[in-house]
Amino acid sequence: MHPVPPPLRQRATPIIAFLLWAALASLLVAGMSGSIAVAPSDLPDAVAQVLRGRPESLAASLLELRAGRALMAFVTGGALALAGVMMQALLRNPLADPYVLGISAGASVGALFALLLMCAAATVDGAAMGGAVTVALLLYLLARRDMRSGAAVEGGTSMLLLTGVIMSSASMALVTLMLSIAPEGRLRNMVFWMIGDLAGAPLRILPWLVLGAALAYALRNARAMNLLALHAEAAATLGVRVGAVRKGLFFVSAVLTASAVTSAGAIGFVGLIVPHACRFAFGPDHRVLVPAAVLGGGSLLVLCDTVARTVVAPTQLPVGAITALIGAPVFLYQLHRLHK
Amino acid sequence: MMIATRQLELRAGGRTLVRDLDWIVGAGECWSIVGRNGAGKSTLLRTAAGLRAPEAGTVELHGRPLADWPLEALARERAYLPQSRNDAFAYNVMETVLSARHPYHANRYWEHSDDHHAAFDALAAMEVDHLAARDVRTLSGGERQRVAIAALLAQDTPLLLLDEPANALDLAHQVRTMSLLSRLCRQSGKTVVMIGHDLNLAHSISTHALLLMGDGRWHAGTVDDAMQAPLLSSYLGHPIDAIEHGGRRIFIPLEAPHD
Repeated sequence: MHPVPPPLRQRATPIIAFLLWAALASLLVAGMSGSIAVAPSDLPDAVAQVLRGRPESLAASLLELRAGRALMAFVTGGALALAGVMMQALLRNPLADPYVLGISAGASVGALFALLLMCAAATVDGAAMGGAVTVALLLYLLARRDMRSGAAVEGGTSMLLLTGVIMSSASMALVTLMLSIAPEGRLRNMVFWMIGDLAGAPLRILPWLVLGAALAYALRNARAMNLLALHAEAAATLGVRVGAVRKGLFFVSAVLTASAVTSAGAIGFVGLIVPHACRFAFGPDHRVLVPAAVLGGGSLLVLCDTVARTVVAPTQLPVGAITALIGAPVFLYQLHRLHK
Repeated sequence: MMIATRQLELRAGGRTLVRDLDWIVGAGECWSIVGRNGAGKSTLLRTAAGLRAPEAGTVELHGRPLADWPLEALARERAYLPQSRNDAFAYNVMETVLSARHPYHANRYWEHSDDHHAAFDALAAMEVDHLAARDVRTLSGGERQRVAIAALLAQDTPLLLLDEPANALDLAHQVRTMSLLSRLCRQSGKTVVMIGHDLNLAHSISTHALLLMGDGRWHAGTVDDAMQAPLLSSYLGHPIDAIEHGGRRIFIPLEAPHD
């Protein structure tokens, strides 16, 4: 009898339980660290006070302040990682990330234009969302050949990928143009937005709703994503509506990306590294990969943001710089292990 | 009648490959499609699988046009082996074969143990059960092909469409795979339509053959009718001799004249 890999179903529960635990731990670490640390002994009482909604002690007040930002980091990281998983399945390319199709570049054009005009924060967010949606719709119009409904799907998603890359370059040209004409005083805000920064992000409910809905869609279509990743358009012969699933993956990942970059700017590497690391650790099956990437991406960004605001305190670094610094070597290490 | 085409026309790259094809494949028959490169063999098979729409005419499965079949129901009726694959992700062999069980549990999140049994039996039938835990991207071309055929068997459909199943297989596995397909037709009542370039293998296991010229002309019939040396020579564009050896008909391509 030859060794047969154990059914994934048996491994799924411990994997997800471990990642849930890691997510909670990362949130607690974020709550405890800062210019004034919260001692572990004060933690249970402080958590209880925050949950009751009446923080009285210093520890509880600190925890509440930090929890808002940590939860924003979590939802942003989870959204980027999930968008990465979906984009990679859609393009059948493990090197794809949420930004490859230029949706974040579109958001950058909108946000930087608003920053250039010295608009209020809410307007900047709105402009970023507008830019992302514009690029997504343009992409769909130009490349809908790859997302046609019906069983007869010819060809892969190369049209979508190429169009996206071109849209991204065009948007980045506009970004460069705006950066070069921007007055000194506004440049710093613009650059920070581009790198990705959670400092000014208020805790909002909408990103959680978007992430929840996207997660539900991805779990429902996890098996279809497996078939698409394995068989490309031949997945249609196994009963998958290839065009409809591609359309769904495209729009859901576009909304996720737009939601994430709107609240925190274009944080790099999370959408590429986390799906890779989860695949490496738990296998490529989307039934485990999807929830694992959401939890892993959320925890990673919470930890990176904690580092960003504590490592050279009181100066706060943009979290995008930390994710790239950690992400690049981790990615290279994985790549080398993989091809040995 | 398993699958039938009516007045089917296929075009690609501005050329008409097949014109007015009326082709009826009965249950339990084993068909080989023979023709030169670019004669439209794969295009025809993809059309029969429902992966592309014909330029004119219809394809019917059990008397019902392909376009009217729900995809899940169709996936329980016919399986399709594409000519080539590219594996982008590190799925293991077992996961690859299990994925072919999708049409049987479209509404469940996890597979059942009977799916695992079907997948394992298919792996054993193709002699790749020892590779179950391997990353598909690390397999050799022939091993990958056998895993792909195992997935087809696990899909457990009455109709099998195979584009060059013997591709990349060594001699022993070519013969074993072909006789497995022939057994599926004769003993399990499955219907097989395949593309192949080995006339001897095709002749020994097929009941019928469809010859494609690539300019619209075609010829369909039983092996004895369609696989005759003069007809094959004309359809393949090369002189072919047939000899009888040990009760089998062997096709020998004549040497190209030296000039």
